[in-house]
Amino acid sequence: MNFSVVLAEIFYSIIGIVFILVGVKALKDPTAQKKGTTVAFWFILGFTFIFGKYIPEWLTGLCVVAIAVLTAINGVVQSANDVPDHKEVRARADKFGYRIFIPALCLALVAVLAATLGSSVKALSWMTANNAIGISGVVALVVALLMTKAPAKYAVVDGTRLMDNVGPIGILPQLLSALGALFTAAGVGDVIAKGMAAIIPANARLIACIVYCVAMALFTIIMGNGFAAFSVITVGVGIPFLIMQGANPVIVGALGLTAGYCGTLCTPMAANFNIMPAALLEVKNKYAIIKSQLPVACVMLVIHIILLYFFAF
Amino acid sequence: MEVLKLIGVVVVIVGFAIKFDTIATVVIAGLVTGLVAGMPISEILGVLGRYFVSNRTATLFVLTLPVIGVCERYGLKEKAIDLIRSMKNASTGRVILAYQAIRTLAAAFSVRLGGHPQFVRPVVVPMAEGAAMAKYGDIPEKVSDEIRGASAASENYGNFYAQNCFMGASGTLLIVSTLVAQGYDVTALQIATWSIPIAVISFVVGIVRNLTLDRKLDRMVEAEKGGAK
Repeated sequence: MNFSVVLAEIFYSIIGIVFILVGVKALKDPTAQKKGTTVAFWFILGFTFIFGKYIPEWLTGLCVVAIAVLTAINGVVQSANDVPDHKEVRARADKFGYRIFIPALCLALVAVLAATLGSSVKALSWMTANNAIGISGVVALVVALLMTKAPAKYAVVDGTRLMDNVGPIGILPQLLSALGALFTAAGVGDVIAKGMAAIIPANARLIACIVYCVAMALFTIIMGNGFAAFSVITVGVGIPFLIMQGANPVIVGALGLTAGYCGTLCTPMAANFNIMPAALLEVKNKYAIIKSQLPVACVMLVIHIILLYFFAF
Repeated sequence: MEVLKLIGVVVVIVGFAIKFDTIATVVIAGLVTGLVAGMPISEILGVLGRYFVSNRTATLFVLTLPVIGVCERYGLKEKAIDLIRSMKNASTGRVILAYQAIRTLAAAFSVRLGGHPQFVRPVVVPMAEGAAMAKYGDIPEKVSDEIRGASAASENYGNFYAQNCFMGASGTLLIVSTLVAQGYDVTALQIATWSIPIAVISFVVGIVRNLTLDRKLDRMVEAEKGGAK
């Protein structure tokens, strides 16, 4: 194993430890509900992150099935969190002012800097784009702790608090990209591509761009989830009709997901973005947000198609 | 029966559409696809495990949570609220636009502002409606609905179209791991860079949208008052 792989495994182990600490938080919380299943979920997940590379593949697969069973029976719930006191936060905000944005800026900028150096300086090639994200997380955390003089334990307290807020849904992107790979291995992409060939004539780039963006949006409207649409449509349309015809995979990928989000803006299926906020804001018409978003979503979808057509090829 | 292979796709669509547990839906889709393809159980589990481990990339965003959490404890959200509150005497459209600007930048830098419950409802809506009341006096329900819809929408535009500019965003990582798993060598830096144009364009569309909102409100209030006479 070269250094970049070792470093990557260290970062995955840190993520695994974060998961385990969320489980420990639930374990220690006397008021926690569904404690057994919640702790089991986070411990199993942490285990796959730390040891996934060394244990038999079927065992990891079994862990994934176990995780799915635990979420399917609704067994994973948040445990008590040390939520910052509002008055104290206000006082600290007044003390530090806009400087508190510095660590957040570091997070984004250090990642870009490290990845750029890693791809241009040979001696630093271990700073892959993935490792750069981990490096930026560590550097920004050190900056934040030095600047605020916060006790280091808050890195753990607040890290596990946010992870618990995100919850099991946080591993959805990983599961979906795994599913995409499985679809391709099983030949699902080929079947969709054969069906799509009826709609998309050979060498019709513009039509392929339109079908790709519209399919992303439509699937998102039906499923209410752009991530799920992305993994299906990339395999079925994006790869056979755009990338394999010479389109730049970076541009196809980047525009694909946000094309899907145009669908998110139009669908009551994405209830937490469009329906629940309407109730929260006490709007009389529960579709008021979707109504407001529809024209923008249509304009943005057309822009996606145009950008894809002119920049991807 | 080639078409049978599509059953995994059907499972995903139906599972998400009926709001069945998302994690379980995806895993079931994987298992069913494997079974239809005639793989023995042990092999299905193996493939599932292999792809799960090789796609851990998509979960790297966890490494950014501790620093964001600490910054929240030290007033990150409060300062963002201060920033928009400093806009006095702005029109409704401009208030909402300013929020979209803040939300777009925050998303691009992975800063969580709390979305609809913690920012739009307590800060943006009162300010946007306050600006309308200062201009028109009492505002009819339809106008209020229009303002609230646009305020909530600005949160979604900023959030959706700008989040992938951040290398460690889960959407960015989903794109990277999906394409890498299919054999295309893309990096998070490339995806984040190519997400910038859409973020910028979405803000330009927001400018047009919110400046026309002010004129639309003028017309709505006028029509409403005309109708009352």
